[in-house]
Amino acid sequence: MKIGGHDWPLEPFGKHIWRGRMESGQLLAWVRAVREEGGQLVALWGSDDRHLDGGFGIHAACLTSAGLVWMSSDLPADAPRYPDLAHIFPQAGRMQRAVYDLLGIQAIDAVDTRKWLRHDAWAENEFPLRRDFSGHSPAPLAHDTYPFIRVEGEGVHEIAVGPIHAGTIEPGHFRFSVIGERVLRLEQRGGYAHKGTEKRFEGMDLATGARLAGRVSGDSHSAYVWAYCMAVEAATASTVPQRGIWMRALFLEIERIANHLGDLGGLGNDVALSFGLMQFWRLKEDWLRLAARLFGHRYLFDCMVPGGVAVDIDDPGKAELIGLSHRIETEIRQLKAIYDEHATLQDRFAHTGVCQPELAAQLGLTGLAGRASAQAWDARVQFPQEPYEQLNVSMATQRGGDVLARAEVRFSELHESLRLVRDILLRMPAGALHAPLAAVSASCEGLGWVEGWRGEVIVAVRIGRDGRLDRVHPHDPSWRNWPLVEVGMPGNIVADFPLINKSFNLSYSGPDL
Amino acid sequence: MTSTGVLLQLAQTLLAILLAPILMGWVNQCRAWLQGRSAPPLTQPYRTLRKLFHKDAVIAHHASPLFRFAPYMIFACMALAAGIVPTLANDLPFSPAADVIALVGIFALARVFLALAAMDIGTAFGSLGARREMLVSFLAEPALLMVFFTASLISHSTELPVIVETLALRQFAIYPSLAFAAVAFWMVSVAENARIPVDNPGTHLELTMIHEAMILEYSARHLALIEWAVALKLFTYSALGIALFLPWGIAPQGNPGALPLALAAMILKLLIGGAALALIETVSAKLRLFRVPEFLATAFLLAVLGMLIHFLLEA
Repeated sequence: MKIGGHDWPLEPFGKHIWRGRMESGQLLAWVRAVREEGGQLVALWGSDDRHLDGGFGIHAACLTSAGLVWMSSDLPADAPRYPDLAHIFPQAGRMQRAVYDLLGIQAIDAVDTRKWLRHDAWAENEFPLRRDFSGHSPAPLAHDTYPFIRVEGEGVHEIAVGPIHAGTIEPGHFRFSVIGERVLRLEQRGGYAHKGTEKRFEGMDLATGARLAGRVSGDSHSAYVWAYCMAVEAATASTVPQRGIWMRALFLEIERIANHLGDLGGLGNDVALSFGLMQFWRLKEDWLRLAARLFGHRYLFDCMVPGGVAVDIDDPGKAELIGLSHRIETEIRQLKAIYDEHATLQDRFAHTGVCQPELAAQLGLTGLAGRASAQAWDARVQFPQEPYEQLNVSMATQRGGDVLARAEVRFSELHESLRLVRDILLRMPAGALHAPLAAVSASCEGLGWVEGWRGEVIVAVRIGRDGRLDRVHPHDPSWRNWPLVEVGMPGNIVADFPLINKSFNLSYSGPDL
Repeated sequence: MTSTGVLLQLAQTLLAILLAPILMGWVNQCRAWLQGRSAPPLTQPYRTLRKLFHKDAVIAHHASPLFRFAPYMIFACMALAAGIVPTLANDLPFSPAADVIALVGIFALARVFLALAAMDIGTAFGSLGARREMLVSFLAEPALLMVFFTASLISHSTELPVIVETLALRQFAIYPSLAFAAVAFWMVSVAENARIPVDNPGTHLELTMIHEAMILEYSARHLALIEWAVALKLFTYSALGIALFLPWGIAPQGNPGALPLALAAMILKLLIGGAALALIETVSAKLRLFRVPEFLATAFLLAVLGMLIHFLLEA
C-alpha cells in the first residue's frame, strides 16, 4: 500500500479499512507520510496487552486516500513510550494526555504533559485502564489543581465558566482570558463526565457491549452502535442480512435529522429568537414521537444489535415516516426563509466564531463543523459502507466557517437526510433482520467507522478467546473539534461564546469516556 | 395635601406593587401564545414569588452587608418610583416631591445598588453583568432625559402631574415631537428593563446575560424582592409611557368619581402595551452586545429630533 510516497505493509480489514503494525520507532514516519498526503489523524488510544503475553499497545487511526488505517505498535511493559505525534497532528495532544492518564503510556518529548481526564479521582501513579488497577485504593486527598495557561497584561482578567452552569447543560470548564468583552484566549478543561466507560467494556459479552456503546454519547446512539456492531461483525467475520443493513442506515439518518432539527432550534434560542426554538423543536418532537411509535424508542435506543437490527418497519409505518418527512421538509423551507430574512439573526450568525479553512485543515476539524470550513470529508460519500454506496449521498459544504455556515450545512444535510430516509424506505430489500454472529475461537479484532451526525465515530474492538470483549475504544469526533472551539474563539466577544459553542454542539460524554 | 390625596397616593402605590407581577404574567402569557406554546397561568409570577419567599436564603460567605441590603433598597426605589408616576389619578401628594429628573435618579440609585451588590460577591459573572449594565445604562439615561425634556418643553414643567395635565386634560393638540419621543422611549424602556433585543430575561446562558448575570448569586427572599422590583420597574415604565404618550383617562385632580373609568382605561392600556411588548420580543432576536450602543444612540438621536421638532413646529 503506497501512502505519502512510501510503501507500507497494510492488510485489508474491511471495506475501506486497513490494518497495519509497526515498530514504535516508525510511527513518526508513518504519521508524517499521512500528513504529507493530506490525511488526518482520527484517533489515538492505548491498550494494556500484558495479559496477552505482550506489553502495552499504542494505536492510531489515520484517514488516508485509501480509507481508514488502524496502525498499532507494541510497547515494552516496563517503559511504554512512543514518539510524540502532536507536533505533526495537533489534535493528538489531548489524546496523548488521556492515554497517559488512563494507561501510563508516555509520549516522548511531548510539549503538553498536563493531565487531561484525571481529576484526582485516582492517584497520579495509578492508571485505571491497566489490568492490575484495583480501584480500591483510597482517593487522594490532594485538592484538584490544573495549571491553566495565564495571559498577563494591563486590564486582562479571567472569567471561569462551569463545570456547573446556570442551566441544566453538560459539564465543561471554560477559562476565558479577556480584555473587556474581547476574548484573548480560551482554554477548555474536560474530563468532568469521565465515568470509566472503556474499563466497563472489559469482559462484557458482545450483546451487552452494544448497549453500552450506544450510551457513550446518547445523541449519537445509532452512530456508536453501528460502529460497534461493524467492528464486532468484522472481528467475528459475520455477515449481516441486507435488510438489517438498510435499517441501520435508516436509523442513522433519523438520528441525524432529529439532532439537526434540535440544533437549528437551539441556535435560534441562543440569539433569543424563541420562536425558532419552538418551531424546530415541535418538528423534532413530532419526529421523535413517530420514532417511538414505530421503533419503540424516541432516540432509537437498542434498535440495533450485533448481527443486524432488532425492530422492523411495516408498510403503514413506512407511509407514515415518508409523510412526516415531506411535512418536515416543507416546514423547514419556510423556517429557513424566516432565518434567512431575519436581519438581527443573520447579523449574529455571520462572521461569528470563524474557523478558517486553513486552520481547520491544520487542526483536523471534522464532521459537519469541518464541512462548514471547507473540509470536504464525509465517510458516507468518500468511503461509503453498505448501503451508502447505493445511495449517492451529496455532501454539503460551506467555506465561511462561521456560525452561519454551520447552520447552512445543517439545513442542507437535513434536506439530504430526509431524501435519504425516503430513498431507503422505498428501496429497502425484504428478508431477515439479523443473523447470529459467528462463533469466536481465537482472539480477534475489528474496527467500525460511521459518519454520525456530528462527525465520524470510530469504535475499535478486540475480542478475547472466551468470546467476550477484551478492549473497546469508542472514539468521538468531538476529540478533534473541541480544540477548534478554543482556537476559533479569540477575537470574538464573550457574549457570543454560547452561540459559537452551540453551533459546534460537541459532545462532553463522548471524549470524556 | 388633602386626605383624599393621601389615600389616593397610598392606593395607587399599593395597586402598582400588587398588580406589577400580573403585568409580567400577561407579557409571558402573550409570548407563549405567540410562540405557539401553551401559556403559564397569569398568576405564575405570584406563585414564583411565594415559592421564593418560602425558601431559605443561600448567601456567599464573603458577601458584605451591602449584598443583603441591596434587594430592599432596589425594591424601595421601585416602589417610590411607582408612587410618583400618575397611573390612576393625577392628584398625588408625592409627585411634587420628585419630578422626572429625580425619577431618573431613583432608577439610577437602584441600578447602582444592584451593580455594587453584583460586584460585592466577587464572581466573574457579577462583575461581567455589572459592567454590561453600566454600558447600557450610561447610554440609556441621557436618552430617557431627552424624552422627558421634550414633554417638559410642551408643558413647561418637569413635574409629571403637570405634564399629564397639559397633555391629557387641556385642549386636544397633536404634538409631532412626541411621536419621536415615544419611539425613543420604547427603545430606552427595552434596554432599561432588560428585554429583547437588548437582553434576554429568559436565558440560562450566563455568558450572554446582562441583568440576570448580576442577580445569579441571589436566592430566596432576596431574589423574590429583586424579581418583584423588576416587575415593578416594568409596570412603572409602562405607566410612564402611558402618562406621557397616552394619558387620556387618568383621573384629574379633585375628581375621585373618574377613578373607575381611569382604572378600566389603565388596565386596557396595560393589556395592549404588554401584548405589544410580547409581539416585539417574539419577532426580534437579541442584538450583538456591541450593537446595543448603536441601538441606544438611535434612541438618543430620536429624542433629540423630537426636541428639535418641538422648537420648529410647536414652540
